[in-house]
Amino acid sequence: MSRPGANPLWRFAGVRPLAALFFAYLYLPIAVLLALSFNENRIATIWTGFSAHWYGVVLANDDMLRAAFNSVVIATVASLAGTFLATLAAIGTSRGRFRGQTAVAGVMAMPLVVPEIVTAVATLLFFVLVGFKLGLLTVMVAHTVFCIPFAYLPIRARIEGMDPTLGYAAADLYANEWQAFRRVTLPLLWPGILSGAVLAFIISLDDFVISYFVAGAGATTLPIFIFGMIRIGVTPEVNAISAIMLVVSIAMVSLSWLIGRARQ
Amino acid sequence: MIDYLRRNAGARRAALIGPAMMVIGVFMLVPIGLMAYVSVLERGEYGGVEWQSLSLDAYASFFFERELDGTLVVNTDYLQIFARSFGLSAVTTVLALLVGFPTALYMALQPERYRNLLVFLVTIPFWTNLLVRNYAWILLLRNNGLIDGALARLGITSEPIDVLYTPLAIGIGLTYSFLPFMVLPIYASLEKLDFRLVEAAFDLGADRTRALARVVIPLAMPGIVAGSILVFIPCLGAYVTPELLGGSKSMMIGNLIQAQFGASRNWPFGAALAFALLALVLGAMMIYALKVRRGTSEARA
Amino acid sequence: MNRLLRLAAAGLAALLWLGPAHAQDKELFIYNWSNYLPPDLIKRFEQETGIKVTLDVYDSNETMLAKLQAGATGYDLVVPSGYMVRTMIKQGLAEKIDAKSLSNFKNVRPPHDTPEFDPDSQYSAPYMWGTTGITYDSEKVPGGELEHTWKEFFEPRPELEGKVVALNDQVEVWNAAAYYLGFDKCTADAGEAQKILELLEKQKPKLAMYQSSGTIDRMVAREVAVHHQWNGASHRVRKKLASARYLYPKEGISLWGDHFVVPKGAPHMDNAKTFINWMLDPKNAAEASNFTGYMNAIAGSDQYLDDAIKTDPAVNMPAEYASRLRPSKDCSKESRELRDKVWTKLKK
Repeated sequence: MSRPGANPLWRFAGVRPLAALFFAYLYLPIAVLLALSFNENRIATIWTGFSAHWYGVVLANDDMLRAAFNSVVIATVASLAGTFLATLAAIGTSRGRFRGQTAVAGVMAMPLVVPEIVTAVATLLFFVLVGFKLGLLTVMVAHTVFCIPFAYLPIRARIEGMDPTLGYAAADLYANEWQAFRRVTLPLLWPGILSGAVLAFIISLDDFVISYFVAGAGATTLPIFIFGMIRIGVTPEVNAISAIMLVVSIAMVSLSWLIGRARQ
Repeated sequence: MIDYLRRNAGARRAALIGPAMMVIGVFMLVPIGLMAYVSVLERGEYGGVEWQSLSLDAYASFFFERELDGTLVVNTDYLQIFARSFGLSAVTTVLALLVGFPTALYMALQPERYRNLLVFLVTIPFWTNLLVRNYAWILLLRNNGLIDGALARLGITSEPIDVLYTPLAIGIGLTYSFLPFMVLPIYASLEKLDFRLVEAAFDLGADRTRALARVVIPLAMPGIVAGSILVFIPCLGAYVTPELLGGSKSMMIGNLIQAQFGASRNWPFGAALAFALLALVLGAMMIYALKVRRGTSEARA
Repeated sequence: MNRLLRLAAAGLAALLWLGPAHAQDKELFIYNWSNYLPPDLIKRFEQETGIKVTLDVYDSNETMLAKLQAGATGYDLVVPSGYMVRTMIKQGLAEKIDAKSLSNFKNVRPPHDTPEFDPDSQYSAPYMWGTTGITYDSEKVPGGELEHTWKEFFEPRPELEGKVVALNDQVEVWNAAAYYLGFDKCTADAGEAQKILELLEKQKPKLAMYQSSGTIDRMVAREVAVHHQWNGASHRVRKKLASARYLYPKEGISLWGDHFVVPKGAPHMDNAKTFINWMLDPKNAAEASNFTGYMNAIAGSDQYLDDAIKTDPAVNMPAEYASRLRPSKDCSKESRELRDKVWTKLKK
């Protein structure tokens, strides 16, 4: 959708400084964490000099790298699957009222409401009962379940208030439903779908409790690894690996942005 | 089959909603059903449950306890903990809304090529780990920490700021954790806003506040509702951030339930607590949905 | 859309490549506390035996138990604390490994070779043991020294109010209170529980916080002066803060030990026994001690220990304190219920 005329941003003069403040708030701890990852000293509160040796420690720590890799893989699969299912569901629930509407809303909300520890133990009991062997796959399945509502709500919010006649017009213009979906509905929904997918991704990346209980041997994820350090003491490699994850995420985003630019 | 789907709207709807419902149904509802069974069982001597013996002890202990002389009295401990978590969630949701709305608006107003980038920018910090982010906040907020030190050096404060281990620190930390979950749904809703409507409002003589209240906010409402749900509900179960930043002197629902599967090894009680929470939240949502439905049907009448 | 599909395909390919391997013979899955086995030690084990080790972590005995109780399998070795071993044995979650018959078992120092919960060492072998006491900064306390009593913790001196931290651990705090008041820590008496609650409530406003994480950093950064702490952590504090001292309270101090146990249904039991036997060797046990800062149970390891450990009374306990040690016990469910109630009331 193109906007005619000048950018109305200037009308809401307070918005820009507020947004700047927001991003400062958002990135302040990240700046701290980045700085700390170069602290020579083990103790976070005492700075003894600039050193990149924690990165060396991380790269030599196979267990930590494996955990980080597992986390990214799980988050990618779960957020993609969850967003896909959520998109379908959001479209399905959007056009007007239908019987069982409240029930659907209730089911959707379940993964959000039930406390994680309960979901975790319950899911484990279930997997054991049906004989589903624990591993990386079990974590992915469990994560997909809670990714669905996190993706669903933004997409649903996007659809609501969207002009329904657009959908009908598209159906007229294009011979088959799939094309209408791809050319009209999908681009219209895109900000919602992207928001949903991205939220699902970060919620999966940070999950500890559910992952802990349903992960099989060898399927440790990064949050499990880091939380496990609390008793003995969280070491500074954790800052380094977090910084590495940041760099990876920025690289992936830049890559997709460049690809998007090249396409245009 | 495609033909059938094309013609029958009801079947089409079912086919769209079905997969998501099935996944949640099988991998969430069934396990939760198991937990419902656990909640009416007797706790095991060493933890876990006695699968054969039924008992309503778990639910009873939510409201009652035995005094030293054996009489049953009403126990408000758990209710107090519930109330605290609900209060904290409410405050966090409001704060996230106040901070997140202008940002979502800003994002929606950007030229198209920057908008997707901003969506990622909002979430990149959350690729790091929760614990690590909280430790960073501890360093920032402690007395003689980074903020305190900077303020003192600039001469703005002469005494320690005393923020860490207070409710303010919990508020700062929790709001922080849930920012993207408020910003992105609102952004998704606002992004489709046709700003010609806003221009029209201005042309008709409305000032900024009026335009905001009458045009922008109503259109962003689905996003605001979605964001509020995505912040309020998960926040009820949050306990890591409140513990680290608040000094752990008060318990949240999350700690309480976690302990039942941990140190206390009282699974039935943990399950019962979870169902109490579920009942409260779903009940509130249903009341809200009924009110909305009545509201719209009245408006139409 | 294509981009997404390609990403998904790449992810699946990676997962299949990296996913858990089919049960090979030369593998060992260890489930342990984080940072509790030196990486170099594991590498040496892998080289000497050709067995590939995969390490997974848990953050508390209870969550590990909950996972095993719910039926999780796949681990060959877990490292529970003593009281948890008894529970595992009673619940049929431990395999009989007959540790006594292992070639290196003769190195185990008494009394660790006949633990109360497993007298014939049928199910377990000792790893590290430690105590939970109090660390204080001698430069920050009046007189430069605190007495060996829980009083300094529960009724701190006025100058130290607000500078004391308790572990955010239901069991440890309760135990300390029970020792101080002279009660059995597994009491199921409501009257005694009430007294414990009153003691804890009186202490609460004088505490800076309840926190089990970041204990070492907090002491070294001098944020607080007194910290309820495990002795290995105390040792690590002392390495960076020379004025740190460890207390062995006279009313009693919790003694805990972590043990190797093979969970029921372990896929590679023989490899697990090989590892256990290997860890009972003095040189290897000493390397673990040097890494974790806790004492091991193997005779002959002293010569390989770092001087820092040998000279730190926190780790190398002076003999005169032996009578203060209180081994861990697994309490009845009535006792646990009381303990949970007290903790909830304390923090409601």
